[in-house]
This record gives sequence, C-alpha cells and structure tokens, in this order.
Amino acid sequence: MTSLIVIVVLAVIGVYISWRAGRLDRLHARVEAARFALDAALVRRSSVALELAASGLLDPATSVLLAGAAHDARSAQEARELPESDLTRALRAVFSQPDFRALLAGREGAEELLSELESAAHQVFLARKFYNDAVAATQAARQRWLVSMLRLAGRAPNPEFFEIDDSLAPVSETGGLTADLPHLTT
Amino acid sequence: MRIGLVCPYTWEVPGGVREHVSGLAEALMEMGHEVSVIAPADDDAELPPYVVPAGRAVPVPYNGSVARLAFGFLSASRVRRWLKDGDFDVLHVHEPAAPSLSLLACWVADGPIVATMHAAMPRSRALHAAQPILASALEKISGRIAVAEAARNTLVEHLGGDAVLIPNGINVAKFEKAEPLPGFPGTGGTLGFLGRLDEPRKGLDILLAAFVILAAERPGLRLLIAGRGDADEVLEQVPAAYRDRVVLLGQVSDADRVRMLHSVDVFCAPNTGGESFGYVLVEAMASGAPIVASDIDAFHQVLRGGEAGELFETGNPAALAAAASRLLDDPARRAELAGNAAAAVREFDWSVVARDVVRVYQAVAPAVGRVAVAL
Repeated sequence: MTSLIVIVVLAVIGVYISWRAGRLDRLHARVEAARFALDAALVRRSSVALELAASGLLDPATSVLLAGAAHDARSAQEARELPESDLTRALRAVFSQPDFRALLAGREGAEELLSELESAAHQVFLARKFYNDAVAATQAARQRWLVSMLRLAGRAPNPEFFEIDDSLAPVSETGGLTADLPHLTT
Repeated sequence: MRIGLVCPYTWEVPGGVREHVSGLAEALMEMGHEVSVIAPADDDAELPPYVVPAGRAVPVPYNGSVARLAFGFLSASRVRRWLKDGDFDVLHVHEPAAPSLSLLACWVADGPIVATMHAAMPRSRALHAAQPILASALEKISGRIAVAEAARNTLVEHLGGDAVLIPNGINVAKFEKAEPLPGFPGTGGTLGFLGRLDEPRKGLDILLAAFVILAAERPGLRLLIAGRGDADEVLEQVPAAYRDRVVLLGQVSDADRVRMLHSVDVFCAPNTGGESFGYVLVEAMASGAPIVASDIDAFHQVLRGGEAGELFETGNPAALAAAASRLLDDPARRAELAGNAAAAVREFDWSVVARDVVRVYQAVAPAVGRVAVAL
C-alpha cells in the first residue's frame, strides 16, 4: 500500500516536472520565433529605406543620409541596437521635414513606397514589442526555483532584450509622451 | 569674380570646415572678389554680412556621430534662391559627399563648380552604398581640391576622379603678435606642448620623459602644456620633485592659444604619426616659436626638412631631450629657426592659399560659362 502511494506520488511529480519543462521549452520556441520575426522586420525596414533612397524621389542629401543609415543597419553583425536606432533617427529626421508628404504627393510611386516604409517601421515596432514580451516571460520562468534547481532550461541560452529607439513620432510634437504606435506623419 | 561658397555644416558650431570657409571667404574678399556663403543657420542667427542662412540644421546620425546638417526639398529651394540671387561666376562647394547643402547645391546648379574635400572617410562601405546617388550630383564638379593626401585618397578610392592638393590656410597675422602669459618664458627656459593630453599619437608621454631627463640638470626649466585631458594622469608620469615645474593650462581659448605659443623658448611636437598636415606646427611657426618636432612625413614637409625647425627621431625621448637642450643653450640658433619658420609659414597664409584656389576657379570658369540653376 505504502509503496503504491510512493509510486503514485513519484509519478505525479514526474508528470508535473515534465509539464514544467515542456512549458519552458515552448517559451524558448516562442522567443526564437519572435526573434526570427524581428530580424525579418528589421531587414525589411532597411531594405525599403534603401529602396526609397535609391528611388530618385528624394533630394540627394536626404537620399545619401538614408542610404548610409540603412546600409549600416543592414550590415551590422554584433551590437545591432545602435545602427538600428540610428536608422530610426534618420527616418524620423527625414519624415518630420515640413510638408514632406505634400512635396512628394503626385510623384510616380511615392505613395506606395512611403506607405510600405511606414508599414515596415510599424512591423519593427510590433515585432520588437512581442519579442521583448517573450524574453520577459522566459526570463521569469527560468528564475523559478524548480526550473533553476533542476536546470530544466538545459543549454538553451538565456534570451536578451532588444532595446532600440523605434518610435517614429517626432519627440517634440508629442510633448514628451510616446505614442503607443509609431506614425510617420502627424 | 562673383563667388558662391557652400558650407555643409552649421555656422553656429565651430569646426574645421567652417573655419576653412570663413578664412577663405575673407581672403577672397581681401583680394577684391565678391563672395557670398550659404550655410545651415537659424534665420535670426548672428552671422557675418557675407553669410546667408539656409535654415536650421537638423541633428542626425552620420558617419558614426551626430552631425548638424541641412537636407530636404526646402533646403534645396533655399539654395536655388541663393544661386539665382547670387548670379555667380563660380560655385565652390565644401565636402560635397556629406548629405547636406553642398550636395544639394551640386544637384540644383549647372556651370562651373569647384569642390573641396576635407575629411578622410574610412567608413567606405556606407559611402559605397550611396555611390550611385552621389555620382550624378558629383559628376557636375569640374575642379576638385583636397586639403590633404588622406582626403584625396578617399576621393580616388570611393568616388572616382582625382584632385589637386591645396592645404588648409591660416591667418598668419593673427599669430604674429601676442603678449606672453604672465611669468613666461622666464629665465630658466620653457618647453611647450599643444594638443590632446590623452591621445597617444600626440606623443605627450615622449615629451614628459624628455622633460624628466632635462629637469635633473636644469633646475629652472619648466614645461607649459595646453590641451584637453586629465591633468592628474599627466602629473603622475613626472617625479614628485619636478611636478611644480609642469604647468597645465587645460583647454584654452583661441587668444590664449596664441599667447601660449609666445610664452615658450622651444615648442615641442612629439607626435608619433597620424597627422595629415600638422596644423599645430603651422600655428607655432606663425607665432615665431623655435620648434623641435618628430621626423614624421607631414612635419618633415612643413618644416622643409629641418630648415624651419629641428627634427628628432620619432618616439625617442633622449633624442628629443638632446635637441631641446641644444636649442635652450643657443639663442642665436633659436632666432635663426624662428626666422626661417616665419618665412616658410607664408606659404600657408590664406592670402597665398586663396590665390591657388582662385587659379582653380580660373581654370574651370571660362570653359563652362556662369553658374545657372538647373532644376
């Protein structure tokens, strides 16, 4: 009788631990998928920025500025946060020129390219939010005593937050408040 | 001639290119030319009468730091208006590859365009990405000038084409006369150094080692140092007994910089390399300071192989100490070197440099007519 109880208790504990391990595994998979989406969003943003720079729609000074920033962001291997933030700042400077939209209105292909860039920047904002959310959940789960004591995370690397400036709302005009969603035109 | 100069960086913040443009503009006006400069600046900024503001510069990440630039269609239309009003014989843009007014001026103008390249741009890959965009605007430039070999190499390697070398000018008259700092140079002898304290290639540690060698046998010898950096770190390299003979001025104003150069018996330039031109040396020459400098290419050239200043083996404190010692004991030789330096430095005076620039203008101007607005 006692041995049966021991077996049942051990079985319950075993099931519980494997359920916890499975949860952690799912969290790691979520981080990985979110990272993949974030990388894709960043690559798309710099590609569209380069496309706009090369389109001939803008003046050459703006084009050179944009091309340099997009190129730096795309070619960065380690420490990507800085060049990606720089690209955001370059985009913000370009899009917050007075009458920027109005001056480009009616030019062939301008509207499509600008809205594509706008949506690419929006994707970066969303993807980064979801990625950091997954990282926070995973880091919290890894710090639980059962997980850390039994080393349920195994060799999976501890995921890190990706911190960049990705708000395209002009800082001054929002009066210091960060808009929840980035927008290129005010 | 009617000359339009374009400065890409904001007029309100001092910097190398801005200094160059104002020095050139004033020298050209002195020669009797009509000059107008357009530069990013607020409309209500206090500007010299020859500067036209192109509107506020926007701080943006560029080339690894934050630069204040003017770009966009509105800036382009300000340049267009300035070109129309100016009716120039020649348009002279500075740093045309920077995403700012100079590039815009190349874009909207037609006719004789001269460009001066200032900086070496090692971050060539980003420049490469922008190359197709730059190409169509830079193709219009008919005469190119580089201020130093490094700037010329950037042009040759990344943008194509070649340039004539015309160095930066300085206003020699501003350096010729000044009151020495109180108590200097004194009777025991004073060595001088000008430059960043913490940048190894400026070679301050070599000079400090040489000073320690000399200080032992010359009880009155002092060392006068001007430049940005941590003073305590410098003093740590000197034995405690000699520390009160090392005077650190920190970063000094332009006026005090000249006074400092007039306060020394021997000016030392112990740089170990990386200088493309040797501005410090030219300023010391204009101030009439006897010079001891390391034998790097740039200094060798500026000092005419040792005629306008003693050269010592680069990086060798004992050689520096020996050369400085000889000069400290020989006032006649010091006067001779100072005289040679004052003569040699004339070639870097804006009045001479500007004449070379005008020759470039004359070479391009008659061939292509006046400056017109293309777009």
